[in-house]
Amino acid sequence: MTLLAVERIKLLSTRSPWWCALAALLITAGFSTLVVSNAGGGFPATVSATQFAYTFGMAVIMVLATLAVTTEYRFGTMRTTFQAIPNRAAALLAKATVVALVALVIGEVMAFLSWGLGNLLRPEDDLALNSTADWLNVAGVGPVCALGAVIAVATGILIRHSAGAISLVLIYFLAVESLVQAIPTVGADIYEWMPFNVAHKVITGDGESAGASGEMLTPLSTSTLSPWWALAYFAGFAAVLLAVAITTARKRDA
Amino acid sequence: MIEAHSLTKRYGGKVAVDDLSFSVKSGRVTGFLGPNGAGKSTTMRMMLGLDNPTGGSVTIGGKRYTELHHPLRTVGALLEASWVHPNRSARAHLAWMAKSNKISPKRVDEVLDIVGLSEVASKRAGGFSLGMSQRLGIAAALLGDPEVLLFDEPVNGLDPEGILWIRKFMQRLADEGRTVFVSSHLLSEMALTATDLVVIGKGKLVSQSTTEEFVARATDSTVKIRSPHLDRLRPALDRVGATVTAADDGLIVSGASSDKIGELAMENQVTLHELAPQQGSLEQAFMQITGDSVEYHADLETEDAAEQPAGHASTTN
Repeated sequence: MTLLAVERIKLLSTRSPWWCALAALLITAGFSTLVVSNAGGGFPATVSATQFAYTFGMAVIMVLATLAVTTEYRFGTMRTTFQAIPNRAAALLAKATVVALVALVIGEVMAFLSWGLGNLLRPEDDLALNSTADWLNVAGVGPVCALGAVIAVATGILIRHSAGAISLVLIYFLAVESLVQAIPTVGADIYEWMPFNVAHKVITGDGESAGASGEMLTPLSTSTLSPWWALAYFAGFAAVLLAVAITTARKRDA
Repeated sequence: MIEAHSLTKRYGGKVAVDDLSFSVKSGRVTGFLGPNGAGKSTTMRMMLGLDNPTGGSVTIGGKRYTELHHPLRTVGALLEASWVHPNRSARAHLAWMAKSNKISPKRVDEVLDIVGLSEVASKRAGGFSLGMSQRLGIAAALLGDPEVLLFDEPVNGLDPEGILWIRKFMQRLADEGRTVFVSSHLLSEMALTATDLVVIGKGKLVSQSTTEEFVARATDSTVKIRSPHLDRLRPALDRVGATVTAADDGLIVSGASSDKIGELAMENQVTLHELAPQQGSLEQAFMQITGDSVEYHADLETEDAAEQPAGHASTTN
């Protein structure tokens, strides 16, 4: 608990997390407002439509998570941390946990804010959370963001430089996975198991939250896992990456 | 208190610290002296468990740093004053460190008061002057009221007032019975602060002694003599145990005073053309002692070597 409090003080006593949180909320709320108010002709206003922009918010949260680690390396406070807490695994695990919790909170606020705005804008449409799929589509954003943050923390520990780590995280998240599909023959099979594609499955399920038409604004995940297994798979991926990062950090000179 | 046993650190093929063994006694200020790049910072990072030694070990009170429970309460360290997040306030910086070792939050205000930063405690550390950052670093080191304090080049870049403050402060810490281990590349600075000296060059131990002994040896004066009868004087000098080095047109003698050499010349009926005592500065002497171990030589070094005999270093080691 002490270590969690330490990381909480560290994270919240600088400004960048607050700005990132604000940016994540503004981007998702803004996009959701835009999408929901334009719903009607081409696509219906559905629960899934309100969460259209979650990936943008998640990208910002992952930047926050990466910075939480890389700025510590940049300013030498990682050394001060290891000096105060020689058990590096415990220190880094605490950091990952605190960042994940913050990401979870931002993710949930972001998701329910977008959904709430949708309800306000389109009271006549059915945006009630009636099914597990509906709930997962909104409430699932938080856990997915939290796990995405853990992946970003792990990348930050491995790369240590802000620019490098952020570009790697963002380029991978926003581009590399989709490009894998372009590989002939095996591309689609590999893509099916790519972590962020699987994470997308948690949110979208098989499209039940998109209403009767099943029409989604974003393509559905190609993962064949159930949403819960998808969440477990994504969590496993994050855990493995974090374990690799912590093992590396323990062996390395700080 | 602090014991280093055959401490070795290799970065790729480059040896930064080479089979270094020394011990630091408790309750005194021990200087860690060496030219830039001698391996001082690397050694201190290994003391704090930040860098892993390639070989050997260093213990504090018999334990490795990583084995210490709540290490900030045993060892306080200031390696780099800049290891602070610039957007975090001085108080927040100390608050998280205090929390990590279960140190009372009250202690944060105490140490801020000790170093005189109470008024700027809520200001962001990025706006601090070098002197203020250094004070914040010292506050962080004192946080756990530790028995052992490590400072790496604490006076670097400070103005005279700051230097004086740090100097007095370290002496006060030692007077309180703490073990202070402070590195520097300036012998003149260490001569004023430290009672003991561990001197290293190129990662190797050059000497470990009290500061008095080291300074006496470092400033060991030499005498330059010119004479047409050097062949007769030389064996006489050897007999009294003086060390003789050939210079351009005469001899450089160490280990014998000019009085003694004059008397020897008289006894052996040697004509002297020159008998000149030469007192090197502390800096020059230090450069000679560690001279072979400076990593990157500048041209300046050769000028100094011409003023003083090159062979002198071997006699003092």
